[in-house]
Amino acid sequence: MTVPPSAYVLLSILLFVLGGLGVLLRRTALIVFMSIELMLNSVNLAFLSFARMHGDLSGQLVVFFVLVIAAVEVVVGLAMLIALFRTHRAVDVDEMDLLRG
Amino acid sequence: MESVLFVVAAALSLAGGVGVVAARAPVHSALSLLVVLVSLAVLYLTLLAEFVAVLQVIVYAGAILVLFLFVIMLLHAHNPDLRPSPGPGRLHGAVAIASGGALVALVAFAVLRELGRGTAEVPVAAGFGTAPAIGRELLTTFVLPFELAGVLLLVGMVAGIVLGKAPERRVSERTEARREEVLLTRGRR
Repeated sequence: MTVPPSAYVLLSILLFVLGGLGVLLRRTALIVFMSIELMLNSVNLAFLSFARMHGDLSGQLVVFFVLVIAAVEVVVGLAMLIALFRTHRAVDVDEMDLLRG
Repeated sequence: MESVLFVVAAALSLAGGVGVVAARAPVHSALSLLVVLVSLAVLYLTLLAEFVAVLQVIVYAGAILVLFLFVIMLLHAHNPDLRPSPGPGRLHGAVAIASGGALVALVAFAVLRELGRGTAEVPVAAGFGTAPAIGRELLTTFVLPFELAGVLLLVGMVAGIVLGKAPERRVSERTEARREEVLLTRGRR
């Protein structure tokens, strides 16, 4: 028995919402970051299941580019986090409110 | 066989996802993320995406996660005063979970209506999702995005070095003064 594609897509949306909840609920910047990675991964899963469903390789190529973007995003984001920690001693996103009016 | 694999990997990835969001300490989040990444790689294999599955393990589990662990080490090792952050307020949490549940219900409804349960999987050419097939596509159809991805990686590398390097003396004194000012205003609030 093969797994229907809708099962993969449902798993993908569940993971995406879990990641979104992490972004909304957690205050530690690192955990917010990891939740974003979770969301990126869930989208990758959706792309791959659609690629399999249509027998089209383009979906897998999109996932390749998403991986590249995610790598760059993590490097820049974590470097920003370290810079912020140096100046503010804070890793809590609620404390980064200098732009607040 | 395939469905057993799917159920196990899906359950593991969901458990890992809950772990990422719910763990108190960032290290536990990172390790849960590792569980998610590896079980997703297994799912990628069942979707005939072997090249992407290998990339997932090498790039995500190998490089990105190690970077996360390094930063956790850097920020938290010498700062025991960085307590795990308090949880969200009750109202905040309830609203977020309710809207998340609504989003899941909405998309699940749409997916089940459009895709249903069946959808016979289309037959694919031999070598679907292998490195040669992906490589051929990358260097023909997607050659411009491929080159741009290289430029983007270079820019990211430069940005990482510039942002991450230790500030010069003068700048750090200025930020020190600024930090004290911030702390003062925060104390007054």
